[in-house]
Amino acid sequence: MTTIQHKKHNPIAHLTPEDIEQIGIELDAIRDEVMASRGARDAAYIRRVIKVQRSLELGSRGVLLFSLFPPAWLIGTAGLSVAKILENMEIGHNILHGQWDWMRDPKIHSTTWEWDHASPAEQWKRSHNELHHTYTNVIGRDNDLGYGIMRVDEEQPWHPLHLGQPLWNFVNACFFEYGIAAYDLELGENLATKEKRRDPKFRAALKKVRRKIGKQVLKDYIVHPALSGPSFLHTMAANAVANLIRNLWSHSVIMCGHFPSGVETFETTSIDGETRGQWYLRQMLGSANISGSRLMHIMTGNLSHQIEHHLFPDLPSNRYAEIAPKIKDLFQRYGLSYTSGPLPKQVASAWAKVIRLSLPNRTPVPAAPAAPAPAAVRSAADDNRRAGWAQKPAVAASTAHTAA
Amino acid sequence: MAVIRTLRTGARRVAGLLTTPLLPTDYLDAIAPLRNAEVPRARVEAVRPETANSATLVLQTGRGWPRHEPGQYVRIGVDVDGVRLWRSYSVTSAPGRPDGRITVTVNAVAGGAVSTHLVRHARRGMLLHLDRPAGEFVLPRPRPARTLFVTAGSGITPVMGMLRSCLNELADVVVVHSARTREDVVFGAELRALAAQGRIRLVERHTRADGRLKPAELTDLVPDLFERETWACGPNELLDDLTTHWADAEAAHLLHVERFRSAVAVSGEGGTVTFLRSGTVVETDGTEPLLDSGEAAGVLMPSGCRMGICFSCVLPLREGAVRDLRDGRLTTAEPGDSIPVQTCVSAAAGPCRLDA
Ligand code: FES
Repeated sequence: MTTIQHKKHNPIAHLTPEDIEQIGIELDAIRDEVMASRGARDAAYIRRVIKVQRSLELGSRGVLLFSLFPPAWLIGTAGLSVAKILENMEIGHNILHGQWDWMRDPKIHSTTWEWDHASPAEQWKRSHNELHHTYTNVIGRDNDLGYGIMRVDEEQPWHPLHLGQPLWNFVNACFFEYGIAAYDLELGENLATKEKRRDPKFRAALKKVRRKIGKQVLKDYIVHPALSGPSFLHTMAANAVANLIRNLWSHSVIMCGHFPSGVETFETTSIDGETRGQWYLRQMLGSANISGSRLMHIMTGNLSHQIEHHLFPDLPSNRYAEIAPKIKDLFQRYGLSYTSGPLPKQVASAWAKVIRLSLPNRTPVPAAPAAPAPAAVRSAADDNRRAGWAQKPAVAASTAHTAA
Repeated sequence: MAVIRTLRTGARRVAGLLTTPLLPTDYLDAIAPLRNAEVPRARVEAVRPETANSATLVLQTGRGWPRHEPGQYVRIGVDVDGVRLWRSYSVTSAPGRPDGRITVTVNAVAGGAVSTHLVRHARRGMLLHLDRPAGEFVLPRPRPARTLFVTAGSGITPVMGMLRSCLNELADVVVVHSARTREDVVFGAELRALAAQGRIRLVERHTRADGRLKPAELTDLVPDLFERETWACGPNELLDDLTTHWADAEAAHLLHVERFRSAVAVSGEGGTVTFLRSGTVVETDGTEPLLDSGEAAGVLMPSGCRMGICFSCVLPLREGAVRDLRDGRLTTAEPGDSIPVQTCVSAAAGPCRLDA
């Protein structure tokens, strides 16, 4: 992969600035349609998922009290793994995105939710929602590209250390939640100098992470095992395996979102003065979907609809599947490629890239832009992406809520 | 005792460790939602139609529900189309029932999302959210010797709460109640029965036939008007009239009024924004995001992407109306509400107060 600005065949060269703005308008319309129809059905969906997850977790932990018996260990571990995956993906990730804030239920709200994860929700929200979702796939801005430890683009200079990146990636996958916690802390950068290490802000954040990890570890590796008495070690192992499975699974799903072939990256300068349409376009080109069954979508937290999620991060996750055909049709009409594939294929493709880029480039990267970049249509001196939004009159129907 | 208490706190702490980052009650809520004292809820036990447009809900309250004073109201949170909306309703039952039940009577207001939903869709078993009972519209102790209640429409509800619990302690009670027709009188049968027993003197006014009650007429209906301590509840116009009338007679201290909240002002075109914590007040034009207005005025505002996707800029709207700049959707908050809004994509749609 090479940033889109440096590609020989720029996949968006055929789009005029008007086309790009038209794409923005069409996408806004799709968003409005879903927003206007959010309601009791969606609320019931997330409450049901939460209920199922909690019952499954309680049930599995109950079974694990007797984990000395191999069948109990197997069933309990499997159940707990699924419960932990659901909790992080379809529930935690999406609630923390504010997808369910509109329900105004303080128990299911991005400002109050805390998840079963090493990184405190507060810090994850900042690095994920604010940086990754805003600067998706912009080299140098979006640290999700390789998490600052890997080379994921031909344009990133090669270093002999990169030879080990397949191994780093695997280790990162196994301890993914801790990797994310370190990443949300920007540990690498903040530990670099004495000054940064001493920064009270960093120290406070570090303390929060330590406390969070402490509680998590105490729960999974001390308290629950202790409760199982003679099954102490077995329960401890079961919880470790469940965490490992959850880590491997979420790492795989997330790798599939932005690494497989077909996904574009962007130059830092390309996003200055980006309009709403250009921002949408970058999200469209910078994400890849995973195809599969309904269950598959739920287990990935609907990140299998990564394209739809990146276009509309705050749409309730159960709606992504619904709008996917419209989005696909839009891609087709504008001659863009909608990257999607089954999980094994996408995982393999992402891994292939990690391995390929651990070696230096075979051909040098072109030095100058070969084709006009989307930012070529920047609207001068307008760095406000909101400028692209049409001002619309207030929705009369919703004012009905004001009267008793 | 101390041992038991220590054991109990210990058990609670262990339970907390088992369920972190959630609370044990988050799991219990699924089976026993009324046991959670931190999040007061109520279950609808029965729905009794009162008139064509109103119904009484019998609510089973849960743990931690405090005793209310007759005349007080309670804010009730109802999920309407998936969104939790809060409205205030007077408690109409006597306090301290051993079964922990209370009743509220809801009048379906035209265009009222919550009241219509409750009157039409409330069913036995439905779960509602509660706030603590509140309000100053209560009878003093010792009870006054002579009392007058002037009510109109659903304004009878807090008064009914008082009559049901305190009538034995009140010697001389007059109730002047207005409703459109005889059939529209909420609690009509009960009031008439009380009157028939001679426990109250009831003056019914049917406004469709006889027109609205004028304060001047009150002197004819109740000759010892200004010798009575008076409680009034109803539409704002009526209460304004009464307030003037009592003030003119220099009897303002004898009149207590309860106003139902007026609807939130929605101009759709900006308005005065008050940032409550910093005390900053700015005028906005309805196109500028609250985030920008606040920052321009020097308020420390949380922010992130500034384009509506990261939810870092969310602040509670305590009162007023804001409009989503992306799709025009309105969000309104009444006093007592605290509704989180994304300030980077919301503009004022009327005067509003933000917690920042
Ligand atoms: S600043 Fe990101 S949603 Fe408002």
